[in-house]
Amino acid sequence: MRLSHKTATLLVLIPLIVLAPIFFPSNFYYRVGSLIFINGLAVTGMVILIGYAGQISLGHAGFAGIGAYSCALMPVHWGIPPVAAAVLGAVISALLAWLVGRPILRLKGYYLAVATLGFGILVYMVLTNETWLTGGPDGMSVNDSGLRDMAEAVGIDLKNSQFWYWMCAIVLVIGVWLAMNLQDSPTGRALRAVHGSEVAARTVGVDVARYKLQAFVISAVYASVAGSMVALQNEFVTPDVAGYMHSIEWVTMTVLGGAGSVLGAIFGAAILTTLPQVLTAFAEYEQLLLGLIMMLVMIFMRDGLLPSIMRRIRGKDE
Amino acid sequence: MTIRTLMTTAAALSALAAPAMADINIGASLAETGPAAFLGDPEAKTLRMEVDKINAAGGINGEQINLIIYDDGGDANKAKTFATRLVEDDEVVAVIGGTTTGPTMAMIPVFEDAEIPFISLAGAVEIIEPVNPWVFKTPHTDRMACEKIFADMKAQGFSKVGMISGSDGFGKSMQAQCKGVAEAAGVEIVADEVYGPQDADMTPQLTNIKGSGAEAILNSGMGQGPAVVTRNHTQLAIDAPLYQSHGVASKQFIELAGTEAAEGVRLPAAALLVADQLADDNPQKPVVQGYRDEYEAETGEDVSTFGGHAYDALYILKAAIEKAGSTEPAAIRDALEQTTGFVGTAGEVNYTPEDHLGLTLDAFEMLEIKDGEWTIVAE
Repeated sequence: MRLSHKTATLLVLIPLIVLAPIFFPSNFYYRVGSLIFINGLAVTGMVILIGYAGQISLGHAGFAGIGAYSCALMPVHWGIPPVAAAVLGAVISALLAWLVGRPILRLKGYYLAVATLGFGILVYMVLTNETWLTGGPDGMSVNDSGLRDMAEAVGIDLKNSQFWYWMCAIVLVIGVWLAMNLQDSPTGRALRAVHGSEVAARTVGVDVARYKLQAFVISAVYASVAGSMVALQNEFVTPDVAGYMHSIEWVTMTVLGGAGSVLGAIFGAAILTTLPQVLTAFAEYEQLLLGLIMMLVMIFMRDGLLPSIMRRIRGKDE
Repeated sequence: MTIRTLMTTAAALSALAAPAMADINIGASLAETGPAAFLGDPEAKTLRMEVDKINAAGGINGEQINLIIYDDGGDANKAKTFATRLVEDDEVVAVIGGTTTGPTMAMIPVFEDAEIPFISLAGAVEIIEPVNPWVFKTPHTDRMACEKIFADMKAQGFSKVGMISGSDGFGKSMQAQCKGVAEAAGVEIVADEVYGPQDADMTPQLTNIKGSGAEAILNSGMGQGPAVVTRNHTQLAIDAPLYQSHGVASKQFIELAGTEAAEGVRLPAAALLVADQLADDNPQKPVVQGYRDEYEAETGEDVSTFGGHAYDALYILKAAIEKAGSTEPAAIRDALEQTTGFVGTAGEVNYTPEDHLGLTLDAFEMLEIKDGEWTIVAE
């Protein structure tokens, strides 16, 4: 009997998340874990866009910025609770992605890359320059979400980093579950058809523009929620959250781990989130090493780390 | 030869043995790379240099300092991660850093939760207002620069000020602070112009100011903008004298603006820049001269006030640990708050439960540029 792709992914992911803390020597590892999950969530969205639909975006941190600043601004100005603000932020991101995506997704390849890059930088510049609203480059604080207090009220008393480890884990698992469902749905099949060949997809009656836009909007929501999680956990945001380096990091994580597989992309997120912590002793060479790893993976494992390794293991089995 | 080998071996061995003793773990998260590296790099170099010196002299209370520096690249999210790491993994007793305001503000909740004293090297007033029991800072604020400048203007009999500000973070922050304290300082802002940090010509803004009846002009900004303003100010032959901010207090500014245009420009700056010109009875003189000579000999680079902030933080912390006679974070915090009469590169520091900055306007010297050199304006 073969497990479905969805069940297999969740069967690997959930035990890993639950069992990992056994090996944590200190609470600091919970913090790194939560960052992996946040990046993992954004990267899951990137898999839908890059892996399923075959489109590229270098501006998704812009949506993370919208998600993050929604959590910071809405509670202060409109008295909306931070968690509800995260949901509203996701809605705004979706609307914006829909608006921006319509013209942008007509572009292909590097034109699309540059257009999305421009979008991300635009968001970053607004967050940096509108000092009266966003606090400018110095950032602004985010009201306590009250989630930890709620957990405490029902008897779950965790340290801050531990709490957010589990919180982010839950959101990630939900995100992955939704993405896997999408993959097996008619939409998912249509997206893969678009990825394979837009002409062929159009010939068999797939509305190419609509499906590309859908993938773009969905991935924007993932990025937005990831941004909100950063804001809620840190209780402080700076425009850096929307910085284009984050957009590029996410694409790198996705491609490194394996753009076609959610688990692979999360694996990529785990590596690239942990590496800077491991390499603190050689901080100057960090970028160099990252670049080197990236190049080697692209040359020798073109499908990404995890799919390539899996194939090698399977190849030996069969 | 043999003796030298022996000595080297002994030194190497003692270096190896050092971590095994009861060390004092002091952490730092600084922007050694990234856009704020010009601030973070001298800070990190200063900390490493001074900690080596303290350790060579026997450490604090006989214990060696184990300095742990992480490079957050000026990113608030990374800084927060490193803050967690310093607290949870490295078990530090105190933390220096946060090169800029964003990372500092992001780290504060971590140290507040863990009850670890934290000395920030960033500028904003928000860091110490309202006072957080665990958070201190060493650099003077923009607001103090504004007050210093306005006080000098008043002394000269100017009360109508034309402001021209850069639209970068520094320029905007200072613009807001200056406008906030203008009324209390007894001056009126009669013009408020803004330019982009990369602009090559500010004559339209200066012409507006010229027509506004301003008696003095204040330029808040850093980088090349103020040099352009200074040149344009001379070209337009504006009578109202030009004041620059502490953001231009480097030799590069005079070179960019040109000796002729920079003549007569006034600005507030830390004593570190004019170490040799300080009066001999100024208690800061030996401190700033000593640090400058040491830093320039060690790194071969010009000394900057930013490294000075790290220098002050480290020695304030050292004094507090010595006074507390303990490495308990809570005891260190209490001793920090009782810091009085500490003479550092930024001025005399007196912390109180209500004031975690501890500097007065004396921390700034009012300088005037004469013949391409800084000179102290007699008060």
